[in-house]
Amino acid sequence: MKILVPVKRVIDPYVNIRVKSDQTGVETDNVKMSMNPFCEIAVEEAIRLKEAGKAEEIIAISIGNQQCQETIRTALAMGADRGIHVLTDNILEPLALAKILAKIYEEEKPGLVVMGKQAIDGDNNQTGQMFAALTNLSQGTFASKIDIEGEQAIVTREVDGGLQTIKISMPAVITTDLRLNEPRYASLPNIMKAKKKTIDQKAPEDFGVDVSPRLKILKVVEPPKRQAGIKVESVSELVEKLKNEAGVI
Amino acid sequence: MTTLFFTEHAKGQLNDQSLKAISGAKKFGDELHVLIAGSDIDDAVAQASKIEGVSKVIHLDNSEFDNILAEKLTTAIFDISADYNFFAAAATTTGKNVMPRLAAKLDVSQISEIIGVESPDTFIRTIYAGNAIATVQSSDAKKVLTIRPTAFQMSLLGDTACEITKVSSENIPKLSEFVSEELTKSDRPELTSAKTIISGGRGMQNGENFELLDKVAAKLNAAVGASRAAVDAGFVPNDYQVGQTGKVVAPELYIAVGISGAIQHLAGMKDSKIIVAINKDEEAPIFDVADYGLVADLFQVLPELEEAL
Repeated sequence: MKILVPVKRVIDPYVNIRVKSDQTGVETDNVKMSMNPFCEIAVEEAIRLKEAGKAEEIIAISIGNQQCQETIRTALAMGADRGIHVLTDNILEPLALAKILAKIYEEEKPGLVVMGKQAIDGDNNQTGQMFAALTNLSQGTFASKIDIEGEQAIVTREVDGGLQTIKISMPAVITTDLRLNEPRYASLPNIMKAKKKTIDQKAPEDFGVDVSPRLKILKVVEPPKRQAGIKVESVSELVEKLKNEAGVI
Repeated sequence: MTTLFFTEHAKGQLNDQSLKAISGAKKFGDELHVLIAGSDIDDAVAQASKIEGVSKVIHLDNSEFDNILAEKLTTAIFDISADYNFFAAAATTTGKNVMPRLAAKLDVSQISEIIGVESPDTFIRTIYAGNAIATVQSSDAKKVLTIRPTAFQMSLLGDTACEITKVSSENIPKLSEFVSEELTKSDRPELTSAKTIISGGRGMQNGENFELLDKVAAKLNAAVGASRAAVDAGFVPNDYQVGQTGKVVAPELYIAVGISGAIQHLAGMKDSKIIVAINKDEEAPIFDVADYGLVADLFQVLPELEEAL
């Protein structure tokens, strides 16, 4: 079985976000970039399935600017076998990403697609579900456990209030949640080996799908700041304030 | 301009998250229909028909929908989609699972987790874990949205019921099936609907120590939450998590105990009315957003607090 793993390049999760003063977006020049954390979990899960003998090949895909090659290399260094880079300087919406991925799916015919549940930049949480719709595949979103049993996958999902287990037919799309696994770090020898692995380069036009934007960002602003309040000295003072000043207990 | 809002329900009750989100959906068009799915759910259907501002309830009366699976529900909604301009649901795990699949079937770009409506084509939502707020305009003829419940007031139920139509869906795909559900058992209120929340972070040191929070929570009738750090460390299950990648909450009172205040946690709770921070590190960023801060050892404070309440 082949596994496709789409990965996204985003601002590193530990970097402070700065909104551009002209309100057109968030500053990304000279900012440290990384693989989206949920995508790392997806790469790790694919590698574990391969190590368990359930998959033969892992293909990492990234859609975006030239630097996305680095993100694909990271996936290759972790253990993916080859990469596909769809080069575009435009920031594509999840629907457009899903359409390109659907075309790659038709060409590669994988048994499974594993991807992050959301990217930490746009926080959309859409691409996996949209891709599943366009390919008419089953979807196991927000997965915290995956068992592949022949033609079916048993997926435990993180839902409001607890866990839900579903059985979905393969091929399937699975999106990853935090507790699925802890991604490995690439070792130096594997980073060196990854440099020799192939990355095919494509362009959105190669796929013949409409990737034009449907949404227009009118402005991006900083959230209102919350003012720091006061420090209290003791539990009794705290309880007194909450009762008499704030009136919340 | 008609909106179709998908409402969730459980045990004969409409979901509070849905009742809040529906207040956002009222701002889209001039007519609002509610879709509810499942068999033997007369009580919930009756409630849905009394939501103020709703003119029609569509009941997908079929046991296939007793547990909501995206493959099945989106097929059923797609079948009736010609009549609607807007499709919306609360940004719960169910709404997030279902709506993008519907959007792709309709060839529409979804707008996720809106917190405001500027006009019928322009919406406000947070990006980058709440560190930026974007105003987004959609050019799609049909619009698909999820709505962040905490940004809107709970819709009230009136006395008069609107029209109820039953729809039995056909050709429901068999791609997926429900196996089981394991809901976290708790005597405490649900995080997303609780008026008071007390959350623990890495400072709690281990899962057993969360009992100290439970005892205070019992006195306050509060829900117990946690930071992502506490979840990652394995102290508590993921459904305790408050933050951008967990639950977004906005209670009357939020007490953060042993939580440093990482951006991703703040994104999930900074709309709370009153925030209390208890932390022994007076430099912790949580104090920058707290109305009341107490610099102290939580292991001394929590038993005292329990006593004082």
